[in-house]
Amino acid sequence: MLSCRKTTQLISESFERKLSLLEKLAVRMHLLVCRLCPRFRSQILFIENAMRQMRSSEKETEILEGSDRPALSPEAVERIRSSIRERLQH
Amino acid sequence: MPANRHAGAVEEGINPETWLEEHGDFLFRYAWSRLRDRYSAEDLVQDTLLAAIDMRRGFQGRSSLRTWLLGILRHKIIDYMRRKAREVPIEDESIFDQISERFFDARGEWLVKPLEWKDDPSRIIERKEFWDVLMRCLAELPENMANTFVLRELEELDSQEICKALRITSTNLGALLYRARLRLRRCLEMNWFV
Repeated sequence: MLSCRKTTQLISESFERKLSLLEKLAVRMHLLVCRLCPRFRSQILFIENAMRQMRSSEKETEILEGSDRPALSPEAVERIRSSIRERLQH
Repeated sequence: MPANRHAGAVEEGINPETWLEEHGDFLFRYAWSRLRDRYSAEDLVQDTLLAAIDMRRGFQGRSSLRTWLLGILRHKIIDYMRRKAREVPIEDESIFDQISERFFDARGEWLVKPLEWKDDPSRIIERKEFWDVLMRCLAELPENMANTFVLRELEELDSQEICKALRITSTNLGALLYRARLRLRRCLEMNWFV
């Protein structure tokens, strides 16, 4: 039987690579008898899902365009503006 | 003259003087969400705009100007993370053992047990404060670990691309992402769900 550590490690890896049949079976077996690892799994899935939503709402610019979002500091704007001017003169 | 005015309007698209005003904050927020550091993000906005000026003849107008600038910024972000990975060498594969110290006992059983999350996650995602917590949790990870996670989850690079960009092995990548997920899960639990 896999340990919880090994099980969660394989669950994490399954996002990057296809698990072997044996690994999949071992994970499934462990999830059947463990109370905590299924929780870990669904919470990790939630985080994946949240990141996906973050990416897609970026495309709709909700996150990037809100008025209370951080903006360039006035100093940075000044610095960048003068570096642009300088570059354009060359 | 009307002809001139028309030419002026076309030129406007590649008038770099207006780029900062029109796209600066957008680029900044994007960079900030990837790097979690204001100063580095501001530097990358500057690098991006200067690089765009040098390359402006290559801009075909096939995509929007903003999309084009964003493409340049995304390359700059990966370059930045590559430099960081070289400055602070990413830990070797023994980090698997360090994980067990924190979250699991010697037999590999949970020490810091995952709790039940009370809120309904599907609703939470719509709330702005949740994103702030998520960003703060990301910022608490060691830098290379957070960068790896960002490349994977926000920049959507595949494993091979990340390994190449950061010059790490796929075992290392797996270990870093595993640790990032363990810690993020715990951080969200502490700061949001329980």
